[in-house]
Amino acid sequence: MREITYGQAINEAYMEAMRRDKNVIAYGLGIDDPKGIFGTTLGLKERFGEERVFDMPTSENAMTGVAIGASLNGIRPVMCHQRMDFFLLAMDQLVNNAAKWSYMFGGESSVPITIRLIIGRGWGQGPTHSQSLQAWLTHIPGLKVVMPAIAADAKGLLLSSIFDNNPVIYLEHRWLHNLKGDVPSGDFRVPIGKAQCLKEGKDISIISFSYMTIEALHAVEILDKKGISCDLIDLRSLSPLDWHTVFESVHKTKRLLVLDTGQASGSISAEIIARVCMKCHGKLFKAPLRIALPDFPTPTSFSMTKHFYRGAEDIVIEVMKLFGKNIKKEVLKIKKNFPHDVPGDWFKGPF
Amino acid sequence: MVFMDNFIKRNKKIALELFYKMSKIRFTEEKIAEKYSEEKMRCPTHLYTGQEAIAAAVCTLLKRSDFVISTHRSHGHYLAKGGDLNKMIAEIYGKVTGCSKGKGGSMHLIDRRVNFMGSTAIVAGTIPVAVGLGLSIKLHKTNQVSCVFFGDGAVEEGVFYESINFAILKKLPVLFICENNRYSVYSPLKVRQPEGRNIYEMVKAMGCATDFGDGNDALGVYEKVKPAIESIRKGNGPFFFEFATYRWREHCGPNYDNDIGYRSEKEFDFWKKKDPLRLLEEKLLRSSVVKRKDIETIDENISQEVEAAFEFAEKSPFPEKDDVFKHLYNECAQ
Repeated sequence: MREITYGQAINEAYMEAMRRDKNVIAYGLGIDDPKGIFGTTLGLKERFGEERVFDMPTSENAMTGVAIGASLNGIRPVMCHQRMDFFLLAMDQLVNNAAKWSYMFGGESSVPITIRLIIGRGWGQGPTHSQSLQAWLTHIPGLKVVMPAIAADAKGLLLSSIFDNNPVIYLEHRWLHNLKGDVPSGDFRVPIGKAQCLKEGKDISIISFSYMTIEALHAVEILDKKGISCDLIDLRSLSPLDWHTVFESVHKTKRLLVLDTGQASGSISAEIIARVCMKCHGKLFKAPLRIALPDFPTPTSFSMTKHFYRGAEDIVIEVMKLFGKNIKKEVLKIKKNFPHDVPGDWFKGPF
Repeated sequence: MVFMDNFIKRNKKIALELFYKMSKIRFTEEKIAEKYSEEKMRCPTHLYTGQEAIAAAVCTLLKRSDFVISTHRSHGHYLAKGGDLNKMIAEIYGKVTGCSKGKGGSMHLIDRRVNFMGSTAIVAGTIPVAVGLGLSIKLHKTNQVSCVFFGDGAVEEGVFYESINFAILKKLPVLFICENNRYSVYSPLKVRQPEGRNIYEMVKAMGCATDFGDGNDALGVYEKVKPAIESIRKGNGPFFFEFATYRWREHCGPNYDNDIGYRSEKEFDFWKKKDPLRLLEEKLLRSSVVKRKDIETIDENISQEVEAAFEFAEKSPFPEKDDVFKHLYNECAQ
């Protein structure tokens, strides 16, 4: 297998889908500009032509409706927005039309569209460039929502989304684009609605998705050395959500920590904890834990984001506390030779 | 008038088709109004009575393969495009035999058989969908037309401008039909749009080919839209029409509501005198190629069709409990 980045994996999925099916089209603001949506759409127009790959007016709502209309006549549009926040203008078309079309017409039509939305973080993205609103979307029956964390899933889930007959929201975290991983070549698909266990363990279930899974991977390594064995479940899909895998893990470990890239209230993590409490109440040794964002907008200042986001250290501390062990953040020294507000040296902003 | 008489003489079949469609819409809508108080049609229902000429003329010009998509007030468009009457009435009755299997009601009609692609209840919500259908036509290179009906209220939504802009930008084969019936629920045009600014002129300023006409004159609408559709098929891009018309009954529901005070009796009478169906009937009879007997035969046949549709709806079963949980997704494998 070859290692490529998460962003390259997305690019490969586009290439594969558009090569396989001439009805797949791709559009989004800046899709064919020199930067190609963080590299994810580079080369598409050159290969597939400007009829199938095109830049668009700054009209998020209408362009969502356009995707819906085109999909009713056999086209499979893949639309992309550089920030999820921009897409809020399109909630009408998404919620009132795309999500309902199959149901409200008694299954007469369906809407095979894929919408990529990118969640920002760091370098002062602030209140309107870093919202992680997956919970809004999972609340709407009729949508599918995926949030891959690793490169292979980025490719496999994008291909599955494009060839799914329903509207799929594909959420990618900006801090994942440069992360490398083994990615199968060719028409590689990951089923929507199936979680993946990234590390098996017996002491605690860590349920995670998207970028928080990367933080969790660092944390479980440290916890392992401290003698705590974690079952790390990467959900990959949030709607439909693989409840079976979640419950099975909790039945095994009897402890639960849920990680969330969004605000705590009314979140995916809230739903997971609610259902685990309802389904596995008698099995739990301890009350479930959660690490999510505070119920505030994202601040912009370098000094404030430090206290806003939580990561691997916080996971280690919370889990150890659950096992009656206190540890100070300073002692952990998870090595980072770059500032807290970037995912690595590669990221120099501005977005 | 001479011109119109000649039109009827030259196009008797088309003139009768227009009359048939308009009369069918009128009979259906008035039957719904008559029976609504029985409380068996338990969904919001927006009647098209008074506006029939527009749907009939535009849809008569369209081919079966052309797409039509519409709004909350869509019975007329659905029927004019050839949508199944039985399935529409059954849908309004919430029956499993309805065109949307009881999940949509009056505001969510569909008949894929005749490419009536759907109607929805959010103002302006289907305008970009029509543009997307236009994009698909361009990609498939099939020479179809995508037609969308909407009202004057839709012009106040942001998505309207976004959609028109994209249709012009890509020269998409879209026919925009704005039925200006002067009211958005109870709000008159003058509190919503500046006086003296015409919708079709505003859209023209955006770069779209546009025209305006009397929406109660079926033959006039037909004659105006015909060359526009030809132009669209030639690849000249979208065309926008504004047609003046008037809904007779309340915004939503079976009643007349002139007594509540948002519009005057005088205004209502003015438009009632311009009844599109009677105007066409007079022209047909005056042309001498159509006899009163022809009209009566058409009306009689329609009356029977409509009666049969209500009987079909009433006799049809309701959906089962399990049906509530079907059709959330299309799970056909790809």
